[in-house]
Amino acid sequence: MTHQPQAPSRPLAAPLGLLAELTHRCALGCPYCSNPLELEARSRELGTDEWRRVFSEAARLGVLQIHLSGGEPALRRDILDLVRHCSAEGLYTNLITSGVGYKPELIRGLADAGLDHVQLSVQDIEPGEADRIAGYRGAFAVKREIARQVIEAGLPLTINAVVHRANVDRAPDLVRMALEWGAQRVEIAHTQYYGWALTNRTLLLPPRDAALRAIAAVEALKAELQDLIAVDHVLPDYHADYPKACMGGWGRRILNVTPAGKVLPCHASEGIPGLTFWNVSEHGLAEIWQDNPAFNAYRGTGWMQEPCLSCSRREIDFGGCRCQAMMMTGDPAATDPVCKLSPHHARVAQALAEEQPAPDKNEYVYRRLTVSNSPKRTPG
Amino acid sequence: MTIPDDARPRLARGFRLKRDEVRNAWVLLAPERVIQPNPVAAEILRRCDGARTLAEIVDDLAASFSAPRERIDADVRALLSDMAGKRMITV
Repeated sequence: MTHQPQAPSRPLAAPLGLLAELTHRCALGCPYCSNPLELEARSRELGTDEWRRVFSEAARLGVLQIHLSGGEPALRRDILDLVRHCSAEGLYTNLITSGVGYKPELIRGLADAGLDHVQLSVQDIEPGEADRIAGYRGAFAVKREIARQVIEAGLPLTINAVVHRANVDRAPDLVRMALEWGAQRVEIAHTQYYGWALTNRTLLLPPRDAALRAIAAVEALKAELQDLIAVDHVLPDYHADYPKACMGGWGRRILNVTPAGKVLPCHASEGIPGLTFWNVSEHGLAEIWQDNPAFNAYRGTGWMQEPCLSCSRREIDFGGCRCQAMMMTGDPAATDPVCKLSPHHARVAQALAEEQPAPDKNEYVYRRLTVSNSPKRTPG
Repeated sequence: MTIPDDARPRLARGFRLKRDEVRNAWVLLAPERVIQPNPVAAEILRRCDGARTLAEIVDDLAASFSAPRERIDADVRALLSDMAGKRMITV
């Protein structure tokens, strides 16, 4: 890890989107949650005025879309105020919600406040199994009601479903369910193994043949239903030949702001050692985007090693995911080992070989915000 | 999809055309993505306000750009039927 951050050579493009993790509080305990293992307590959350300032700065910087996320963003008492503020700034607002923990009527208020789009997570098509995965009894029924409210309010709906061992055989049914619920888009996302999903990896990783069957079935449905619903299919990169363009390139399109105001190039980037992330309470957003060494560390292509450095795909996938490179090779500047050209590609096969027989029920380590001052955990 | 002359096209809910002052370009904001319409598409979409009819939009564009009406008409229909097929506009 001798890598020195370098300033990018080309003029810096403005970010397109900002993912605002308004809170880490959430009623659900999904074992693949993308939040960090160390969750922020409510007492550390940014206040209303701070979030408003961040959104105004984002608009001036060139951000076009705000993704209100969490945790469950609708648990914030100021959610209507924040949506109104974004709307007044001309920002496109997207609510990424579990649907659980607030009154369904809130959706109408959010629509009136100027919300543009809702993305609702669903765990499975079978209520009992969906509730077991979410670690919350009754979650499925509440989500069904939230979906109705979204449609009634005239808001466009995306259903997001994360696919893993327990529901992989029903991935195509989730597409049909989304259509039935009135969604115009559905994301079928195979689990990415960071954070809580990494903790639960052996229980989540589906057998290879099941994953491949699900991929083929969802691709077929995507073509069959293209006039009715848009299917966004996020493939499991463990089975891919080339890595994904993680975040569309580090520090290139997206900013992520944590509940406590720390600004990250991606939600998992705190797992990379040696990077210091600046906070919106101490720095302006534009300054962070341009000058925070953590944003410049893996921006562009100047930081790359071989085989990325001379690869014709270097500006297609930007070397893949830095967090995955870190986790599987110990070097965040290495080629994402998912890439078949990576010298460490065998480690992916190794991880796949660790596949275990179907787990007993209720063995997940559920994602829970327990105590505010839990001992520090080391990443990985 | 054939769009009648008296249709009053407008962007579907969840799609918003915006002048991006930072990038000095029109952008179409959509669920989970940002689309950069080409200049012709941007001029067409700016006029799809749900009030003007297809015929009025074509007339306006033909006058604004001193272009043959038939060609504009074909361009507008091609764009709008494509976008209607993707549920991005309602007609």
